[in-house]
Amino acid sequence: MSRVQATTVMPPVHDADPFAAEHLEHPEPLHQQLREAGPVVRLSRYGVHALARYQEVHASLVDWQTFQSGAGVGLANFRHEKPWRAPSLLLEADPPHHDAPRRVLREALAPPALRRLRDVWQEAAEDLLDNVLAERGEDFDAFDALAKAFPLRVFPDAVGLGPDGRANLLPYGNMAFNAFGPVNDLVKSDAPRVADLSAWVNAQCAREALSEDGFGARIWAAADRGELTQQQAPLVVRSLLTAGVDTTVHGLAAALYAFATHPGEWQRLRERPELARVAFDEAVRWQSPVQTFFRTATTDVEIAGARIPEGTKILMFLGSANRDPARWSDPDSFDLTRDPSGHVGFGMGIHQCVGQHVARLEAEALLTALARRIERIELTGEPRRHLNNTLRSWASIPVRVRTAR
Amino acid sequence: MPLMGVDTVVVQSLLPTASQPSPSTVTLEVRSKHVVADGVVSLTLAHPDGVRLPDWTPGAHIDVVLPDGTARQYSLCGDRWDPYSYRIAVLRVPEGRGGSAYVHDQLALGARVGVGGPRNHFPLVPAERYLFIAGGIGITPLLSMLRQAQMTGADWQLLYGGRSRASMAFREELTECHGRRVQVAPQDECGLLDLAAWLSEPAPGTKVYCCGPAPLLAAVERACVGWPPYSLRTERFTAAAADPVRRAPFQVELRRSGQTVTVTRETSVLQAVRQAGVEVLSSCEQGSCGTCLTPVLEGTPDHRDSVLADHERAANDCMLPCVSRSRSARLVLDL
Repeated sequence: MSRVQATTVMPPVHDADPFAAEHLEHPEPLHQQLREAGPVVRLSRYGVHALARYQEVHASLVDWQTFQSGAGVGLANFRHEKPWRAPSLLLEADPPHHDAPRRVLREALAPPALRRLRDVWQEAAEDLLDNVLAERGEDFDAFDALAKAFPLRVFPDAVGLGPDGRANLLPYGNMAFNAFGPVNDLVKSDAPRVADLSAWVNAQCAREALSEDGFGARIWAAADRGELTQQQAPLVVRSLLTAGVDTTVHGLAAALYAFATHPGEWQRLRERPELARVAFDEAVRWQSPVQTFFRTATTDVEIAGARIPEGTKILMFLGSANRDPARWSDPDSFDLTRDPSGHVGFGMGIHQCVGQHVARLEAEALLTALARRIERIELTGEPRRHLNNTLRSWASIPVRVRTAR
Repeated sequence: MPLMGVDTVVVQSLLPTASQPSPSTVTLEVRSKHVVADGVVSLTLAHPDGVRLPDWTPGAHIDVVLPDGTARQYSLCGDRWDPYSYRIAVLRVPEGRGGSAYVHDQLALGARVGVGGPRNHFPLVPAERYLFIAGGIGITPLLSMLRQAQMTGADWQLLYGGRSRASMAFREELTECHGRRVQVAPQDECGLLDLAAWLSEPAPGTKVYCCGPAPLLAAVERACVGWPPYSLRTERFTAAAADPVRRAPFQVELRRSGQTVTVTRETSVLQAVRQAGVEVLSSCEQGSCGTCLTPVLEGTPDHRDSVLADHERAANDCMLPCVSRSRSARLVLDL
């Protein structure tokens, strides 16, 4: 870090609304324009600065000292605007307040803590696939039958949720991820359900609502050891429920869509099922289920010569960084021979997705089960997107599969 | 705050290309060295290329690798808002095993030293009130906690004991910055710390953090017997016996792919494995995210990550190849 240089430049200005339906539906053309415009672009519509190149996005994600999350990671600036719900203790917090919740959740979801789930989830994936093939045959909606069904089957159990009301999880997450954007039609259409969905989710975070052996119980146990306060524990459980379902569903959908449109890559996975983890991360790079997050400058900051004033919002295009040709060769191709390591689809730094190992384990279970049974997978119709201000989401991926003989 | 007095911060774009981790992420350079009390030196360590160091939280320590390959743990006592340097303070222990003598006598300005971690076994948990008790060089992990307690708006006090005023590091800056919250009690003036006066009455909502020599920890543990469970958190100076770190190259067998690669000091295990054409997914490449966790089938890893707990390290059945290396001449990985 150094003092401001004399050669401060004004960043180029772009008047696009990245949250408009056309860009949510097809973000790549806008991403390309923003990357080509410069390392920092001012978005006149919202009065924010945007970063769309890998290098700047990566540097900003890791620099929590300069780019804070505590003022919100959406467009709303919590310094001036009231958040729609009590801010997340993880996503929307900075050190030092961020430390204890992050530590507790990281330990609850660390790879060694997940080992006991591997076999259970593998079996659940095989069972789900058996049922899908038995009930729906070889033509079905892969989004509905697999991408949505599998996380909803294993994750709420792993958290320790009760059986009732699980159908609220996806709409709640959809609403929370819309809320990071502007108050557009997507947010307005969520409005009637905010109170009901929030009440249900908040009720699931209570100690009594959770089974004794899940992630939720581990969080409460940490509170009993004094590692969190009793007031913090339910909010940390809420983070699991907000960030752990929709993200994985659309990440898995990205992988299924990728394979349905890349038969050669599907054969590669079938030959080497141990590529499942890499395949999932490549799909996360390629589609970036979480497209954007904001930060807020804690001081006047200069990026590549452009000055960003203290207190202003910075929009980081994770999806664009993951397809920056300066970082990735042939970035628009889904390619299992590529090493996707270092993609920012899970973020980077102290706020990097704390559930990434859970998501990978779910993906590994599902993709491995599919690779074992399914010889071919292809689209039978046009897949449909579901629009969300933050998540690159799906509504439908109609496929036909051929089972291995 | 390190940013005060600086009009604008320039974000450095220096970052190692993610697919090509630098093995020097674990080699730091001594940027400053000062005597801060009788027998205590404070060192500032930074990356030779000036890149960010892995993040840490108050109570964390790093492993400093000595020339004989053994490692010593030192608490980080600097400012985590400065991502480019670590500060440690080291007491000379004349009857010690040579770690402090090396740091005092040989680790000069500009010297390079291997570093592992940071890891934190002594995290600051949330509380309304903290009572910090330091004995001598035990002040080091508590230093950054005090500031943290201040930032969270907690009520706190520090009881700081030592042999004599001159032996107590950071004493003046502590009393200058924090005034009456800090009570300095050198033994040659005040006798042993009056723990009974501070701890006789259990205070629900208060966490007691203590770091110092074993007799002090034992005394504090006795004094806290009547306190609610989990009120007291301590850190011991342990002399963990570990095999020396390997300096010589070692072999890594990738059992599933049927290959064996040699890992020299110039490369990381992850790099060597990738050069052999074997995929390993990674992300942060600083030993802090856990993405590249790999099963170990044979051999003893030299763990340098921030992720695995002690019992997970001791099991030696997995490692993070982005930063961790080998203590044995051969490692067998399930790759």
